Amino acid sequence: MLDKPSFSLNGDYYSSRFSQLGKGEGDTLVLNLGPQHPSTHGVLRVIVELDGEYVLRAEPVLGYIHRMHEKMAEVKTYIQYLPNMGRVDYLHALAWNWAYVGAVEKLMGLEVPARAEYIRVITCELNRICSHLLWWGAYVLDLGGFTPILYAFDDREILMDILQIPTGSRLTYCYYRFGGVSADLTETFLTQTRNFIERFKTRIPMYHDLVTGNMILRGRCEDIGALPVEMARRYGATGPVLRGSGVAYDVRRFEPYSVYDKFDFDIPVGKNGDAMDRYDVRMAEMEQSVRIIEQALNSMPDGPFVNPDVPDRILPPAGETYFAVEGARGKIGVYLVSDGTAKPYRLKLRAPGYSNLHVFAELAQGTILADAVSILGSLDLVIPEIDR
Amino acid sequence: MTQLLQLFANPLVYLLVALIAILTFIALNGLILVYVERKVAGFIQRRPGPFEVGPHGLLQPLADALKLVGKQLVVPRDADRILFWAAPLLSFAPVAVCLLPIPFGPHLVGLNVNLGVLLVLAFSGLNVLALCLAGWGSNNKYALLGAARAVAQSVAYEIPLLLSVLCVAFTSGSLNFAEITASQTHGLLSWNVFTQPVAFLIFFVSALAETNRAPFDLPEAESELTAGFHTEYSGMGFGLFFLAEYSYMIVVCAVASVLFLGGWSGPFLSGHWWMLGKIYALILAMMWFRWTYPRVRFDQLLNLCWKWLIPLSLINLMATALIINLVR
Repeated sequence: MLDKPSFSLNGDYYSSRFSQLGKGEGDTLVLNLGPQHPSTHGVLRVIVELDGEYVLRAEPVLGYIHRMHEKMAEVKTYIQYLPNMGRVDYLHALAWNWAYVGAVEKLMGLEVPARAEYIRVITCELNRICSHLLWWGAYVLDLGGFTPILYAFDDREILMDILQIPTGSRLTYCYYRFGGVSADLTETFLTQTRNFIERFKTRIPMYHDLVTGNMILRGRCEDIGALPVEMARRYGATGPVLRGSGVAYDVRRFEPYSVYDKFDFDIPVGKNGDAMDRYDVRMAEMEQSVRIIEQALNSMPDGPFVNPDVPDRILPPAGETYFAVEGARGKIGVYLVSDGTAKPYRLKLRAPGYSNLHVFAELAQGTILADAVSILGSLDLVIPEIDR
Repeated sequence: MTQLLQLFANPLVYLLVALIAILTFIALNGLILVYVERKVAGFIQRRPGPFEVGPHGLLQPLADALKLVGKQLVVPRDADRILFWAAPLLSFAPVAVCLLPIPFGPHLVGLNVNLGVLLVLAFSGLNVLALCLAGWGSNNKYALLGAARAVAQSVAYEIPLLLSVLCVAFTSGSLNFAEITASQTHGLLSWNVFTQPVAFLIFFVSALAETNRAPFDLPEAESELTAGFHTEYSGMGFGLFFLAEYSYMIVVCAVASVLFLGGWSGPFLSGHWWMLGKIYALILAMMWFRWTYPRVRFDQLLNLCWKWLIPLSLINLMATALIINLVR
């Protein structure tokens, strides 16, 4: 009995039901990319059918890091659930913090002091730069350039040190509170942020010098995975993926929340929607985030950093609400239904990566395997956010 | 003493000694180059590199080698056992022969044959076979794809490599490494890199592709094929491939410095120091490329070869032939 394998040789549930497009036996090659694969960044699994090096069909398989975040919300009180939000998307944790806190505030009608709003804007934008930096490094890593990620980490490390001051953690932040934030910004934070911004303004041109203009990189990005606007709409793609296709949709501008309407910033858009456009959009977004942070730092009002009238027990009235923020990957939506008790009745998390990922299946068709990897990287996926 | 010297005069004994010396040289270089590569990578990436084992991490390659030797050798299920283990051996074995006809000094040469260039090119071609066997024998899809890439890439890049070597053979009128070097000993400007700059460029680019170094490291493209042809190899199986890769770097850099950079010729220092200096300078350039450039795509790689390098080297070859004819 020992020499018999304990698992099926024909693959598991997904690969055995993967309908091949190839005609005959041995015509095509079905390849499992992931769940452990260097370029799927986490536990994404993609089943691809290859004809030589050409991808005939690609199908993402999800659920390897499904942690039941939505169900967890139903068994925890509102405050108990707050730390979960730092763990949905660990790269832009503060945006998820904000989406959840914002939804509860909206349902309860809680006022947020002006200073708290400014603090949220500054920290959220710093976190966005963090996320885009990591994406930049990881994407060039996908394309085979090993060095840029360490330059990106140089900056990201400083940012995480800065964010550690008010939040107390480096990655899975739990900083925003209902009606404000948990700690005021210190003088050290403000000076370090100003120093970082001065430094970062010289770093972005360096990144462009080192990487963006590189012939090989442009050859790997330009005209690769061109995403038409119509397809982006069909899949509900948001964030830089949608903006790369030329649609200037940004939640911060079109459904303004908090104090974003007070700042002057551009929405960078691409033209063809190819991987290079998505790249350019993200690089430009970092500059825009710097602009927002500068304005916020210069016009920050005094006052309390948290609304003193927030009740000890968070008991939103029965009802439902929806609150959306712009995360690094796109529109983060929280749909909250309350039945008036201490726990949410239902919480729906709209993860932008989930919609963005499914663009991949259609974009990858007919491309070369290396291009498929380039497209997958250009979508900036965070798998824990997709699986939730 | 004279008896001992007479023993060395026996060509077989001389060959044996040369082979052993070359294997020692390769093994030592493997250790040194791993360390240098990691330090160069560290320098480019603004980090110290290996620093913990020994002073400035000097013993790190030794620790790595010990780790590789100590690992269990795993053969995947349904793999072709014989081919699977033949591949790493076949990949490494020809390296010693490749270094045999290369003159490291005026008199420091293992085997002074008239067709030295041909010998090196023929034996370095065996490496493709090894990658092919590794890909086929592992019974792994990634390895198979990597092997397919390796074959297409090596077959394509052997042509411009040969054509650029032919240019040098034309100008110096010989396929013997010693004679090619001797033709470049009349000062800096007699180096072939100045008389044949295009051929040198083509040779170096093709050599990068032949040795599977970045930006042409497609057979082991990490982000697509996990590790390509050596996905299934553990322990010394992987170690041999690794050693072979670094040894081929030495081979192509040694050939390049003999063919184009004047070999052991140079002022003040003894010949072998110049030779080693030139080899390491070229290897450093290879490392520099690896840590700064992204990887090209497979079709781009073949396009570069078939659409640019081969026509260019053909034109270069014909121009060289024409000029030589006119001068004569």
